[in-house]
Amino acid sequence: MPTSRISDAFARAKGENRAALVTYIMAGDPDLETSFEAMKALRDNGADIIELGAPFTDPMADGASIQKAGLRSLANGTTLRDTLQLAARFREEDQTTPLILMGYANPVFRMGYGEFASAAAEAGIDGTILVDLPPEEDGELREEYAKHDLSVIRLATPTTHEARMAKVAEGASGFLYFVAVTGVTGAGSADPKAISGNIEMAKRVSGLPVCVGFGVKTGVQAAEMAKIADGVVVGSAFVDHAEKAHESGNFSSAPRGMGALAQELSLAIRTIAKP
Amino acid sequence: MDLRNTWDQWPDVNGRFGEFGGRYVAETLMPLILELEAEYRKAKEDPAFKAQMDDLWTHYVGRPSPLYFAERMTEHFGGAKIYFKRDELNHTGAHKINNCLGQVLLAMRMGKTRIIAETGAGQHGVATATICARFGLKCVVFMGETDVERQKPNVFRMRLLGAEIVPVSSGTGTLKDAMNEALRDWVTNVEDTFYCIGTAAGPHPYPELVRDFQSVIGKEARAQILEREGRLPDAVMACIGGGSNAIGLFHPFLEDESVRLLGVEAAGHGIETGEHAAALNGGKPGILHGNKTYLLQTDDGQIVDAHSISAGLDYPGIGPEHAFLRDTGRAEYLSCTDAEALEAFQLCTRLEGIIPALEPSHAIARVGEAAKELGPDGLIILNMCGRGDKDVFSVAKALGVDM
Repeated sequence: MPTSRISDAFARAKGENRAALVTYIMAGDPDLETSFEAMKALRDNGADIIELGAPFTDPMADGASIQKAGLRSLANGTTLRDTLQLAARFREEDQTTPLILMGYANPVFRMGYGEFASAAAEAGIDGTILVDLPPEEDGELREEYAKHDLSVIRLATPTTHEARMAKVAEGASGFLYFVAVTGVTGAGSADPKAISGNIEMAKRVSGLPVCVGFGVKTGVQAAEMAKIADGVVVGSAFVDHAEKAHESGNFSSAPRGMGALAQELSLAIRTIAKP
Repeated sequence: MDLRNTWDQWPDVNGRFGEFGGRYVAETLMPLILELEAEYRKAKEDPAFKAQMDDLWTHYVGRPSPLYFAERMTEHFGGAKIYFKRDELNHTGAHKINNCLGQVLLAMRMGKTRIIAETGAGQHGVATATICARFGLKCVVFMGETDVERQKPNVFRMRLLGAEIVPVSSGTGTLKDAMNEALRDWVTNVEDTFYCIGTAAGPHPYPELVRDFQSVIGKEARAQILEREGRLPDAVMACIGGGSNAIGLFHPFLEDESVRLLGVEAAGHGIETGEHAAALNGGKPGILHGNKTYLLQTDDGQIVDAHSISAGLDYPGIGPEHAFLRDTGRAEYLSCTDAEALEAFQLCTRLEGIIPALEPSHAIARVGEAAKELGPDGLIILNMCGRGDKDVFSVAKALGVDM
């Protein structure tokens, strides 16, 4: 049961009185083999959930780090099916870590919502975050996901007022991804005080675990967010290790660097005991 | 079913034209576009808004633009009478200002103080910067790095008008990347910023907004031809990039089923070469920049760069209403290569003493065939959506002339 992998991950974190660590990497950056090694390194160093970025040519909600990561991956010829295959390979040896595919609507639409849903479930994906598919537009996708117990994970932002939050929560499952800043991934950093009210409201209205991301890069920032959220998402800071590996040509440095960062974040989160 | 009611009802409440259109944006932007839609509904009902638009259209933009009988082009082709709708005579030299004026007035109603826009050739950027100068608003224009280099005169014009130009190097540094960057700016500056989109695409309500503001072209043309010829035309023609000038011309004729609607896409080096900008003739349905429409893309759903000699048509998508009009068969979409457009550019200049922009040169390249098909009793209106002053350097280069 895929949705239970996600709820089990939050239950485990809660059982340890801490927030969950959600890590993002771009599939195929610097190459698919390295991504596979990175996924294992993340899991071994405290990542509770892994988000796998599916590259897209026009990532309108992403900042420079993830834009460049996507272009590097596309330059390697990575397709949506390659990303699913990477997930399947990881799933063969790990049946507990939830895998979330994150990307944009067009590649999924092009494959066909029905075909994608069954291929994603087959590959052991637990849910997706499709940035440009708001509740108004994901009805057809949700029908297909329901057949495979896949989660539709939605984004909420500081501009999401309470009435809108109800719409965002409608049909969402798994968890809610709260975008901490009005802006793109990797840019700026959020003030936890400024958004804690929004996060409380998001938890209350959605009834789902709420994870906070965008602009969280360091252990200190992660710990701050861990005080107010059920999970903390870190993306660009991991992707930067892939960039370094790409530039140096030393690809094995990426899983190593990502593992070390996951460990730092995981330890920081664990210092924050949740009531 | 009564088609008169059917054509006019689009977009529906979900912002769709049949299956196309919609609101495919990041959640940060959803409250903004919903608010924009609500404000637009109010403005449409407000006589003061219409009065302000009409006044500026008349005294600032120079509307109505003339409907001109292109006598020598008509003789040259020996078929239907060809009329030009002279939107190149507008202030700033193209149809773009019709829409910018409407959107900036809306932005001011909403209390926004900072206007952002994307531009390819620079015409929409110049028009936006012009209106912002007129109303004392801050203006930021996103432009692909390569276009900044290629379109130096327009870049300088925008700077003179007080706009800040942001060269975009992300992605492939073209118009689509400028649009991505404008969207990124908008999600970052939601409080004070209004995104003035230049073409009839983007998330709902933009395709509707842009169409409505550009429909002044078709409304005037319809009244003018009735006065001149006492009847409706047999065909109306326009070039298509994103499709704003074409939808503005077509829309007031949608109910007139006897009027053929002919759009002309940019075939670049030829559709068969893959280097073109003909989303309808060479693309497939997909999702980009907030709407579902025809797109140039790979089988994996990655967007492919467009190519056209005309920077204004150099976009891998098309407005969603055109996608709908194509699939329903109400409009026909032809195409024209770079080389054909260059020929038409020179032909029109010599026969009519009008230097057209490279964009409408694409429509001019197909007008002869349409005129012959309709015969001497026929009537065609072609939208001269921009003047060619901006293109003389690139045309000289294409013709191998050293200036």
